[in-house]
Amino acid sequence: MKTRLLNLIKIALKAIVLNKMRTLLTMLGIIIGVASVIAMLAIGEGSKKSIKDQISSMGSNMLTIRPGSDMRGGVRMGSSETQSLRLDDFEALKEKATLLAYVTPQVNGSGQAINGANNWPTTIYGVNPEYLDIKVWELTDGSMFTNLEVRTAAKVAVVGQTVVDNLFPNGENPIGKMIRFNSIPFKIIGVLEEKGESNFGQDQDDIIIAPYTTIQKRILAIDYIQAIVASAISEDKAEAAVDEITTILRSQHKLGVNEQDDFNVFSMDELIDTFSSTSEMLTVLLVAIASISLLIGGIGIMNIMYVSVKERTREIGLRMAVGAKGGDILVQFLIEAVLISVTGGIIGVILGFGATFFIKSILGWPTIITTYSVIVSFAVCAITGIFFGWYPSRKASALDPISALRYE
Amino acid sequence: MEKTIINVHDLKRDFRMGDEIVHALKGVSMQIKEGEFVTIMGSSGSGKSTLLNIIGCLDSPTSGSYEIDGVPVNKLGRNELATIRNEKIGFIFQSYNLLPRTTALENVELPLIYNNKVSAQERQKRAVNALKMVGLGDRMGHTPSQLSGGQQQRVAIARCLVNDPVIILADEATGNLDTRTSYEIMALFQDLNKKGKTIAFVTHEQDIAEFSGRTIVLKDGHIIKDEKKQRIMDAAQKLADLPKEDDE
Ligand SMILES: Nc1ncnc2c1ncn2[C@@H]1O[C@H](COP(=O)(O)OP(=O)(O)O)[C@@H](O)[C@H]1O
Ligand SMILES: [Mg+2]
Repeated sequence: MKTRLLNLIKIALKAIVLNKMRTLLTMLGIIIGVASVIAMLAIGEGSKKSIKDQISSMGSNMLTIRPGSDMRGGVRMGSSETQSLRLDDFEALKEKATLLAYVTPQVNGSGQAINGANNWPTTIYGVNPEYLDIKVWELTDGSMFTNLEVRTAAKVAVVGQTVVDNLFPNGENPIGKMIRFNSIPFKIIGVLEEKGESNFGQDQDDIIIAPYTTIQKRILAIDYIQAIVASAISEDKAEAAVDEITTILRSQHKLGVNEQDDFNVFSMDELIDTFSSTSEMLTVLLVAIASISLLIGGIGIMNIMYVSVKERTREIGLRMAVGAKGGDILVQFLIEAVLISVTGGIIGVILGFGATFFIKSILGWPTIITTYSVIVSFAVCAITGIFFGWYPSRKASALDPISALRYE
Repeated sequence: MEKTIINVHDLKRDFRMGDEIVHALKGVSMQIKEGEFVTIMGSSGSGKSTLLNIIGCLDSPTSGSYEIDGVPVNKLGRNELATIRNEKIGFIFQSYNLLPRTTALENVELPLIYNNKVSAQERQKRAVNALKMVGLGDRMGHTPSQLSGGQQQRVAIARCLVNDPVIILADEATGNLDTRTSYEIMALFQDLNKKGKTIAFVTHEQDIAEFSGRTIVLKDGHIIKDEKKQRIMDAAQKLADLPKEDDE
């Protein structure tokens, strides 16, 4: 039985080799389909990974607590309206939370930063020194303000590169210089390392950081805080940290069992999920398009198998006359269809790798080829071959030997 | 005492052509014994091919019984018929029916591919022997397009020999060949018959019938004559007697 199958494979192979050009043209649909599936998935995976990386680089353990009732995934209400987060809450977290490495209150205001004749609209963030640890952010020059400067509400600031570029267009060293933000003077004591644009299209370097106390008193004139930003002790503790924060803040706010949280804790994981699902949708779309070309490739195979069966009707008749069973004929043509589709698949995979490499090196898009994309497109090819080869093969095997022999 | 290879009884075969029914065979009974060389004669449309196809298990009768080598064929299914064709029958066609772009050797090997009992090695050995037997030992690598009609028919004969069938069935095997080549082929058949092969040979040409020991004549689906001959022509002799440059 094994040799019989081997013989049938040989027969099918021979038919393919004898019709090289036609076979190649038939394969084209499959080749293009597979190559595009591989390339599309590589682009999808690559962009997913790069979004993940960028979010992680913002501090993957980062947790943000904002005031307000449940609005996860929804629109954030103006934080000035809800004043449910207070400094006590920050202190309670600082004191009781065991899963948090760093915690800082956060207030922020927007306005004009002015240095002499240069002014620049930007946002000022009021935080404590731990903010840099949470954000995994370094200084390229100067130093961060101290806890003492926080306590005394000192008018000192650390600025981002965009602010530096716009306020000091002539390339002077900003350290020690005085700038004004909404007419309050600040002394620049540090410059933040450049981070570039975030995935949300935001310039992360368009920022001024100052002690939160200073912002509260001098700029915003408020005594509550707008957010608490923290980092979990490790990435895998982030979820547990969310629970811990919730417990602490609920008792802090004396919320009853039936009362809703009056704050929200956001973890980076959620953000990653949101973005992954968007890019996953994109991937699905890309794959759907690629699958259509696979389908067309399959129909191409079916078409050529029909032609092949028709053309070789006499051959089929002869094979039957010398003892081939219907099953032998069926398997022979099925193998032929599968060989065409799988060979097309192999070429497609190679071409897909090439296209992916091209996209990566010429267009500079991030790409990742996953093993599963190769395995899946391969399996799809084999199934396509069987599926679209089945009907023509079946037809060949059901031929009546005499009429097949007489066929002109 | 001789074994009966073919035994048909009251064989009928109807074809439906639209509203009409064509009675191609109207009750044919006959036997062919081991070692016989039978010619089936008759004018065109008399039912010769229909009868041979049924004997060759390529077609099934509308009614009547048929045994080959002691096996009743009536009740067999498609796959079992294929096995009978593979193991017991060697079929030769008027138009040779060789696989194009395939060497003589591979063409001869073909029936053995569908025989699980024969190994690849054995297959090649048998095919080589069969080709040598028909005088094409030096043409094994040639494809049909590189061979003359007579040579192609020899390949087809070699192909029908590899499975060592109980009977060789030839339908107008010389129909496409000139006289000289026809005689050559007939000489080959006579030779095979001398070596013990049972042969049923369909033709409508009177002179070809001279070479066999028995002639069955069909007319309108009936056997009208079935006679043994005392004097059998020797094809090799007749070939030698042909003028050197025979144009026919
Ligand atoms: N498949 C078929 N369908 C319809 N009629 C057929 C078929 N095969 C043969 N016949 C008819 O059966 C009769 C016998 O045909 P056949 O056996 O081929 O004759 P022969 O071989 O003696 O010339 C003819 O009348 C022919 O038209
Ligand atoms: Mg005929």
